[in-house]
Amino acid sequence: MLSSFPLLPAPVPVTARVRRAEPVMGTVVSFDVPAAAVADGSLDAAVRWLHWVDRVFSPYRPDSDVSLLAAAEVTVDGCAPEVAEVISACTAVRLCSGGYFTAAPGGVFDPSGYVKGWAVERAAAILSAAGSSNHLVNGGGDVQCAGGRPRSSLAPAPVPDSPAPAGPPSPAPGEEPWRVGIADPLRRGRLALVVEAADSAVATSGIAERGAHIVDPHLGRPAAGLASLTVVGPSLALADAYATAAFAMGPARARDWTESLPDYEAYAITEDGDTWQTPGFAPHIAPA
Amino acid sequence: MLVAVVLTVAGLAALRSFKTHMNGSERAVGSPPSVPPLSPGEHALTGRAVPTVYGPVQVRVVERSGSIVGVNILRHPAETTMDIQIGQFAFPRLVGETLTAQSARIDSVSGATYTSHGYISSLQSALDHGA
Repeated sequence: MLSSFPLLPAPVPVTARVRRAEPVMGTVVSFDVPAAAVADGSLDAAVRWLHWVDRVFSPYRPDSDVSLLAAAEVTVDGCAPEVAEVISACTAVRLCSGGYFTAAPGGVFDPSGYVKGWAVERAAAILSAAGSSNHLVNGGGDVQCAGGRPRSSLAPAPVPDSPAPAGPPSPAPGEEPWRVGIADPLRRGRLALVVEAADSAVATSGIAERGAHIVDPHLGRPAAGLASLTVVGPSLALADAYATAAFAMGPARARDWTESLPDYEAYAITEDGDTWQTPGFAPHIAPA
Repeated sequence: MLVAVVLTVAGLAALRSFKTHMNGSERAVGSPPSVPPLSPGEHALTGRAVPTVYGPVQVRVVERSGSIVGVNILRHPAETTMDIQIGQFAFPRLVGETLTAQSARIDSVSGATYTSHGYISSLQSALDHGA
């Protein structure tokens, strides 16, 4: 388990940005925000929101709304209104995925597969509502970004005559796309690729984080065939749920299904190390 | 220069919150891995052991001329199959992320980790000591 790495160049100082890592919802949620989000309290508000979601939605807390609902000790009407919102969204994804996404894995109500992405997206929206136009929130590997990364905090900007990058990520002047590395599920410690994201979300489902943990709801056993599947698109709640559903489908079905999704693109790595992507994914890949 | 790395990798808020969990005794881990010797001009910053729900996590940072040139995992959870899986996958990736963040510009990683807070907190304390 020892690792050593060769000499690398000195880091670039980052100015007027704040990074914060918050343990919550059984994972770590990290923020990259403008310093103003600390001063105006919106970073704290976003963190409080995540802890509130944990209290209401955690299936591991016996007094959470989700636990009480699963035990039929309350009805949806007796829960926070967000519970009905989440149930409705889970139902929509279940229907559009042919049942490969479910809020009742194993037959017990547990919307965790939707809640993390949804909560992180909403945390990013809290920062936006307070005036931040560029921030990144990463909840255990699922990323929602607003705007791009301000150039002022970066290494030297590209020379003026360099061609403008083509494709979907198109941040405002003075910003560059966020660069989100996609963990390689087959070569630990490596990145499989880097995705550029502006005003968009990146979610990855796979075997890397906690072993084979995504169950094919139709077969009742761990999904086989894929090592990881990444979805990019506007909403992290949907990108995360789509990635989970597609992973459960296995490679062939997932490819057809993700190609049918408007506004969302997918990149998959199979257990054998083969890769495929939807036709619109290529512009999201950062140039090497 | 080192401070910039610290701020990109870790959150002090996380560190503060973990201090409340420091009372419990640390679980023993398997035989501690041997640590590679330092080359001339390098020095090591050893972080404190940070308890996580999976067991203590401790890292050592190797620094040369103000840059991190290596990160060694000194202790990691190793008691259960789950922990071994997490350790095998999570730590090398995070070590890679620490170093990658300096060499190429990577703002975040998708498909990430479970015990990362332990790694980050120990890394933070190593860098705090060296700063």
